[in-house]
Amino acid sequence: MKKLLHQLYRSQVWRSIFRHGLPESNRTRAEAVFYNFFLHVHPTKVRKRSVIFSYTWGLGGLSFGLFIVLVATGALLMLYYRPSAPQAYWDMKDLQFVVSSGQFLRNMHRWAAHAMVAVVFLHMLRVFYTGAYRPPKEFNWVIGVILLVTTILLSYTGYLLPWDQLSFWGISVGTNMIRAMPLGLGEKVSFLLLGGNIVGENALVRFYVLHCFIIPVAAIMLMVIHFWRVRKDGGV
Amino acid sequence: MDEKPNTEEKKDTLMTRRYFLEFVGGGAILVAATGSAVLTGQFLSPNVLREPSLRFKAGSVEIYPPDSITLDKEQKVFIVRAKEGYFYAISAVCTHLGCIANWKSEDDIIACPCHGSKFDKEGRIIDGPAPRPLQRFAIMVDEQGQLIVDKGVIVSEDTILKV
Repeated sequence: MKKLLHQLYRSQVWRSIFRHGLPESNRTRAEAVFYNFFLHVHPTKVRKRSVIFSYTWGLGGLSFGLFIVLVATGALLMLYYRPSAPQAYWDMKDLQFVVSSGQFLRNMHRWAAHAMVAVVFLHMLRVFYTGAYRPPKEFNWVIGVILLVTTILLSYTGYLLPWDQLSFWGISVGTNMIRAMPLGLGEKVSFLLLGGNIVGENALVRFYVLHCFIIPVAAIMLMVIHFWRVRKDGGV
Repeated sequence: MDEKPNTEEKKDTLMTRRYFLEFVGGGAILVAATGSAVLTGQFLSPNVLREPSLRFKAGSVEIYPPDSITLDKEQKVFIVRAKEGYFYAISAVCTHLGCIANWKSEDDIIACPCHGSKFDKEGRIIDGPAPRPLQRFAIMVDEQGQLIVDKGVIVSEDTILKV
């Protein structure tokens, strides 16, 4: 068995993927981290204190994990969902009662979304209480705040998509709050956001595109910068 | 190698080729970027809205008894006929955040279910977070005795329709 494994480690296929030896020395242990795409987001060395679980509670990682869950379940839900009125509502009902595992995926998407808002907020509290916003991490704190807003916007734009009474009035109230913006800006912004004066079909399509493409792409780009900075500053 | 005379001097006074090309290229990109930003802005604002008409028929005068208030749920408008027989139409859309307010006959008020704003029969604020009274719309009667309400025309708070 051991011989077989060693043969595998020496094979060209293995060595073309992992271009370093087994993590048996400090050097190869470091190489194992920074030659691996998925591990290279971690610094090769961290302070002992920040590995203690109760220092970070793993909240940043949990937020990212929930985001992955949301992308996976969301992509599957998109296969049965058409953003048109009143079809959207019936597609949502189909997902609940007709599609295999549809109810499960929809609920997973919903609960992960609620959880993500909570976890991202807790992550912000943790960073605040451990003083991790202090120099040189001020800019990463700012990106983090934008990511919190992005999370809330994702949650809010997804709220309209079931196209039921709750979502209709939720978006009516929300866009009416935008109308209160000064200098006549409110009317313009809400018109562009809704694609009209009322919460109608245009609004549904716009919120769908924002929810499934524009905001997630923006969030991913911000996350990349966020994680890169965390790594450069020696965080976990 | 001999150096050409005046090269240094020329650099100080004249635009170099590199700077000229950078200026022209950068300018072209700026113009294109501005143009596409404007076009995208226009693209995002729809030119044709397939929204329901703001003007609608509210039925004949006779179906509204005096001293009545009727909510047209689809149009989100209260058609009010006073004791004296005159008409006015007020919006059912709460001026706070756009929910639909209801007539509460037991309290003689119009109440919004969302955040508790209360209005009287004339649409004036009694209570709650609403910043403005309910809008009053133009109402008229055509040759066949049909009431017509125009939600596009907002009239003052004492405008009434005598029939």
